[in-house]
This record gives sequence, structure tokens and C-alpha cells, in this order.
Amino acid sequence: MKNLQKEELEVLQEDSSIFTANLQRRSFLQYAGAGMAGVALVAAGCKKDKTPDNMTGVTLDFKDDTGVLNYAYALEQLEAAFYMQVAANPPSDLSPTERSYFQDIQFHEIAHREFFKKALGNAAIKGLEVDFSSINFTTRAGVLGAAKTFEDLGVAAYNGAGVRIKSDANLVIAGQIVSVEARHAAYVRDLISNGSFADLSSLTGLGADNAKGLDGALTPDKVLAAAKPFIKTKINVINL
Amino acid sequence: MNIVNILDEIEKVDGEIYERLNPRRAAMKDFFNMGKKISLAAMPLALGSMFQKAYGQTNPTAVNDVLNFALTLEYLEYHFYNYAVANAPIPAGAPKNAITTIRDHELAHVNLLKGALGTNARTVLNFDNFDFTAGIFLDVFTNYQTFLKVATAFEDTGVRAYKGQAPVLKGNDVLTIALQIHSVEARHASHLRQMVAANVPGASGLKPWISLGAGGVSNDTGISQVDAVYARENTDIQAGVTITGIATGVTKAAAVESFDEFLTKAEVVTIANLFLKPAFRL
Repeated sequence: MKNLQKEELEVLQEDSSIFTANLQRRSFLQYAGAGMAGVALVAAGCKKDKTPDNMTGVTLDFKDDTGVLNYAYALEQLEAAFYMQVAANPPSDLSPTERSYFQDIQFHEIAHREFFKKALGNAAIKGLEVDFSSINFTTRAGVLGAAKTFEDLGVAAYNGAGVRIKSDANLVIAGQIVSVEARHAAYVRDLISNGSFADLSSLTGLGADNAKGLDGALTPDKVLAAAKPFIKTKINVINL
Repeated sequence: MNIVNILDEIEKVDGEIYERLNPRRAAMKDFFNMGKKISLAAMPLALGSMFQKAYGQTNPTAVNDVLNFALTLEYLEYHFYNYAVANAPIPAGAPKNAITTIRDHELAHVNLLKGALGTNARTVLNFDNFDFTAGIFLDVFTNYQTFLKVATAFEDTGVRAYKGQAPVLKGNDVLTIALQIHSVEARHASHLRQMVAANVPGASGLKPWISLGAGGVSNDTGISQVDAVYARENTDIQAGVTITGIATGVTKAAAVESFDEFLTKAEVVTIANLFLKPAFRL
């Protein structure tokens, strides 16, 4: 108990304005969230969580399904923005069939994004500003590599978020979308290297387990940390 | 190794361990008696069995039912691919490697689900318990194209089956595992659809994702014998939201593709029973 209190102080002293530090504190709280010490920590953590959004950030509040849907909305915004940029100016070495399928994927991600926006209504977070400066959009390899990253991460994100969803309807919707993302991931992977559609041993970093035949599954803090380089807008996470 | 110490340690994280073990007092007694006779090396195994008895009981019946239902489907897929890898005319190289990869995943799923169910697992299904021709696909193991068509139907069925059962698993830790299996099946489906597109005459337009069938029908494969696998896949309304036209360029086909639909348990049972011999039907 004493040790936990000491850690709590240290952790809370960290400046939560830094996104990663914020996430580290959240994951610490998550793991510490057992017994009385956990209750005290969460209570202490909540005080800081109540700070209002600054002008540039968005807040994902995981206390209920709205937070999970907004989390999915954020990821779909990212994916849609990526494929829109590809479709607007496809690399010259992308074949006509590949272009056509990438356009399909673009509209799938736009449909997901708009679905969440509409379903969330007034509770929807605002549009995110993306940062794709690290992606080489001029070559097929650059585009496929980034697409693989986004799709595999998307699958792991939905798989990991399922346990947080409280309503049957939302859980089914998440399931309806994640399998489409997995189809995308497999397609893109096969374009990079035929036969790698479900190379689970390459996905252990996302929580996959090849020996058990399991795909990736990641908690939102880990997903957002991985997505952070591609998102300019500050994302605050509370009640995770 | 001190059993009391171990139970005390468990009690720290699970206050109900003794309560869980209590209904199994007889098993406990057996265990302690057995402890005198068995070697130290066998102790971990015996312990595992005792805790499986204690914790295996805690899954609600509905959850175990879903896991056993999934196990049946995984047996079906595993035996299908396992036989095909050795006997069907699948070209060596990438095609054979892909089917082997899929076979290995299905076996891993069988073992994982069996392990999770423990003593509650359904009876083992062997290859001989199935009829993969279903009386329709008579050349399924002698014609590569027929094999690919049936494989695609199995994978798309698997994806839809797991999706339909997710609400039963809601709030249970096994939901995550079910979702992790579900998306692997979707990856398989994506690849098999590409194999069909590359190898089956007239199917070159089949996409990795389930699209709108010709003339607006739900089955986009053009194989009418598997219509039941694709029931309602032409739906474009999700949670009351019409997806067609939700943004510029989102056609009905795009709307249909962007969301996979689920199958009810009864629908999946009807499909699975086509491939099970009468004595083994669900």
C-alpha cells in the first residue's frame, strides 16, 4: 500500500500535457486498478481527468460505449484520410486492379467514418488533423507498407476494444467492421508478399499468437500510441 | 510443493477459490489422496486438472455452448483442409502453402477451444464424421476449383458465425479470443476469395470482401449452392443508418462491402449439418 501511494504521487507529478506521459499514467492506473489502492488511485486520477479539452485536442472518455465508438471514429478518420490521399494521387506503379481495390477500400473507410459520425451525433469528436509526412505516397511499396500498418493496427484495435463494449448492438457493429478491416489487411499483405495474409508470427507486436491461431488485440492506449505519429490533433484519454 | 501455499496465493487474487473448489470437495479429496501416490513430476499436471475442474465450471452454460459450437466449426474446417492438403489437387508452392497455413490455424483453434472448454468440450469429431461433398460438391477433393469454392464458403460462414455469437460472450474474457479467431477467419476468407478469382473461370471479379451479388442478390460468388452462406449480405442499413450515399461515392456496392453481416446460430447449424453425417449433426 505504501509503495503504491508513493508511486501514485510520482506518477501524478508527471506533466499530463504530454500525450505519451498521459497514456503511461492511464495504463499504470489500469494495472493498479485492483483493491483499495486502485480505488484511491482512480479517484485521484479522476480529478485531473476533469480538465476541459484545450482548443486543439479531443477527449476519448472510455467510461461507456460512446467513448469506444469515438475511438473507432478516430481510427476510421485516420484510415479514410490515408486512402483518400492515395486515391487522389495514386503511385504510378500501382496496377489498375490495385487502384480499383484501393478505391473500394477508400469508400469502405469513408462509410465507416460517416457511420460513426452519424451514430454518435452530438457526442462525436471533431475531425482529426492527420500527419502523413512519414509516408511515401509516390511508390507502391510506400503506400502498401503504410496500408498494412493501418489495417493490421485497426484489426488489433477492434479486437482489443470488444470487451469494453456494453451494448449488443454496438458489439455486433464492431464485429461487422473488424472483419472487413481484416479482409483489407489480408489483401494488402498478399500484395506485398503473396501468402502473408495471416502471418500471425509477424503480428506478435500487436498481440497475435501464431501457436494459438490468434490475430492481434491491443488495448486503446497501445493503439493510440502506435497511431500517434499519424495524428496531429492531441487525443486525451480518460477512464480507460 | 505445498498445495496449501498455492491455494493461499490464489486466494489473494481470487477470494472465492475455496468456494469454487467446495462443490468439488470429492475431487479435492481424490486429489489429496492421489498426491500420496503420484510422483512429484506429475504434480503440475494433476494441479492443472484440479483447477480446470474448479474454474472450468464457472463459464456460464451459454458461453460453453458457444465455444462448443465454434469448436464444431473448427473441426469441420480443420478436417477439410487437412484431408485436402494431402489428397486434393492443390498446386505445390504458394497455393499449397496457403492452404497449409490455414489448416494449421484451424488446428490451433481446435486445440485452443478444447483447452478452454476442458471437461466441457464436446465429443471429438473425426474426418470420417463429415461428408464434405454435402451430396452437391461431389468432386470437392478431386477438382481444385470446387475445393476453392467450398473453402471460401466455409471461411465466410466462419466469419459470420463468430460475429453472430459475440453478444453471448459479451463481458467475458473469451470474447477477445473469439474476436481474435474471427478476424483470422476473415483473413483466410480474403485470401481464398483471391484464389477463387485467380482460378475459377468467370469468377475473376470476386473481391477479397463480400460485395453485392449480380442483380443485387446477397451472394456475390455466383455459386447458387452456397446462397445460405451469404444471406442478407446485400444489406446496406446498419443500426438504422442507411450507408448507401452516406458520403459521395459510397454506392450500394460499397455500402454492402463495408459491413459484413452475421448469421444466426440456427442458420449456421443448417449449413454445418449439410457437411456432417447424420449421426453427428447438430
